[in-house]
Amino acid sequence: MSDKNTLYWKANIRLMLVLLSIWFFVSFGCGILLSDYLDQFHIFGFKLGFWFSHQGAIFVFVLLIFIYAWQMNRLDKKYGAS
Amino acid sequence: MSATALTYLFVGLSFSLYIGIAIWSRSDSTKEFYVAGGHVHPLANGAATAADWMSAASFLSMAGIIAFEGADGARYLMGWTGGYVLLALCLAPYLRKFAKFTVPDFIGERYYSRTARLVAVVCVIFISFTYISGQMRGVGLVFSRFLEVDINTGVIVGMAIVFFYAVLGGMKGITYTQVAQYCVLIFAYLVPAIYISLMLTNNPFPMFGLGSFMAGEEVYLLDKLDGLSTELGMSAFTASNKSTIDMFFITAALMAGTAGLPHVIVRFFTVPSVRDARISAGYALIFIALLYTTAPAVAAFARINIIDTLNEIKYADAPTWFTKWEDSGLIAWIDKNEDGHIQYRGGNALDPRTPAYIDAEGKEGQRLLSNKATSNENELYIDRDIVVLAHPEIAELPNWVIALVAAGGLAAALSTAAGLLLVISAAISHDLLKMTFRPEITEKQELLYARISAAVAIGIAGLFGIYPPGFVAQVVAFAFGLAAASFFPVILLGIFSRRMNKEAAIAGMITGLSFTFSYIVFFKFISPELNNAAHWWFGISPEGIGTLGMLLNFTVSFVVMNITPPPPPDVLALIDNIRLPEQEEN
Repeated sequence: MSDKNTLYWKANIRLMLVLLSIWFFVSFGCGILLSDYLDQFHIFGFKLGFWFSHQGAIFVFVLLIFIYAWQMNRLDKKYGAS
Repeated sequence: MSATALTYLFVGLSFSLYIGIAIWSRSDSTKEFYVAGGHVHPLANGAATAADWMSAASFLSMAGIIAFEGADGARYLMGWTGGYVLLALCLAPYLRKFAKFTVPDFIGERYYSRTARLVAVVCVIFISFTYISGQMRGVGLVFSRFLEVDINTGVIVGMAIVFFYAVLGGMKGITYTQVAQYCVLIFAYLVPAIYISLMLTNNPFPMFGLGSFMAGEEVYLLDKLDGLSTELGMSAFTASNKSTIDMFFITAALMAGTAGLPHVIVRFFTVPSVRDARISAGYALIFIALLYTTAPAVAAFARINIIDTLNEIKYADAPTWFTKWEDSGLIAWIDKNEDGHIQYRGGNALDPRTPAYIDAEGKEGQRLLSNKATSNENELYIDRDIVVLAHPEIAELPNWVIALVAAGGLAAALSTAAGLLLVISAAISHDLLKMTFRPEITEKQELLYARISAAVAIGIAGLFGIYPPGFVAQVVAFAFGLAAASFFPVILLGIFSRRMNKEAAIAGMITGLSFTFSYIVFFKFISPELNNAAHWWFGISPEGIGTLGMLLNFTVSFVVMNITPPPPPDVLALIDNIRLPEQEEN
């Protein structure tokens, strides 16, 4: 692959790994592993751990996909159309 | 109008809409039949993906499961949505760049191997048929309860509708009917939820109503529900009963399985560009999240309403929906203390758990059972699948809402069935015939074979609906476990590793599949009496074992790819190409 394509691929991987770490943290982290601990805090009428696993994680998932699409369009512009 | 008349009206209207779309969107080429010509708008594809994905299980069963299991239901909520993050970030854009028709297409070409393609075809067909049988039960359930026809007639009507738009329209017909079906199903899910949320919490948004005060009280709905539940000897709604490791593994298996399900992946072949595939996954997840974040609210509301309307009520005064579902065999009451009142408590009321009726009536007119009474005080059995369907009646909502829910349940089941049928038909006509055994057939013949295999698949699916195999509920774990242990690792490594080769892919898939398959078969069929945490490996239930199968697949692949030759240069060029940014289209 040419340098430009290698840079594009590396930037893509970096973005993906950052977003996947957040994905892991909100679902497996807050929603499962830390859920019992977080349940001592409250957000409105929800216990926090319960909220993450039932709603919060899902809201974050949606955000992550849109951030990815938006950032990748930027990368496409920067490196694409050679 | 009566609820039945309204249901006929709504179901009739929605069915005519689907048929109208089918006539308008006929497919005349294989590209239209398999991937709707590749020019579906990303927003339309998002809605179609949501309907494709949200099946009878999401619409009918999920809230019911959460209503009875409480916090543990989160494995479905996170598992079935988190998979979209994997799909959008790791798979969909690259598969779109690859620009072919099916998942076995990718596996066959990336691994330059007919064997790999055939293994993939077998998995696709097995997974899809497993999944379809669940949809047919959903169709039968709605028809028998709301339209008062027998289940067989219901299944045949449903099959006829799907036949019409799947065989005529292929992916093109399916896509636009799915868009319509999404609108029907989400409207049908949200309207009763909003009604009930207003009644219980004064909050018009059910997903936020769940975190609000009870209407007219200074106490949070969830706290009240937890109190009510523990008082009756049930576990609190927000308390988790599953072990952390099992929750972790099940959620992971559902996520990876979701990302690896062929009928979902193939939807991303239908959009015009890679860019569209990425944003389309986002739209799909918004549409899905609308239902998924409402589901726990529906579940909590239903548990409150069920306790309120049934507990300590005299059987003779029970609401009419109660006896109707009892007639359908999905509710049972066993008067343990012979006081004529329904005691709803924690624990299973019956032994064995599901009711077996005998042809006789009890003192109060209830259907008698051959089950033994358990030693706890609970006298009530409620099938989880009826919660969503019965809830509008439980909450005494107007008849048109009840009719709407029936139409929504049918939309959810039919849209998923159609997507699965298409995947099966493409696997047969494209992968098995055109690409493997009969490469000489023309495009016209391939299209004809595609229609024939769709028609045959509908017939088989119909038989599953009419003669439901007893193991349907047992094998749902299969579909996700197998997708997680086979497709997900192979596709992922195929994109992200240039070293990944044919030998590793085949060895990995076979290891993942046979391990997962044997584990599930052992605990579900061979020795069901051992199916408990004490005997599971590392405390992982058959539902979550796909994750371990996936890890095994990864491990075997890593080892094998490093001791066998790398892929040939044309395959390396293919990998480089799917990773490249898209050329500007003009």
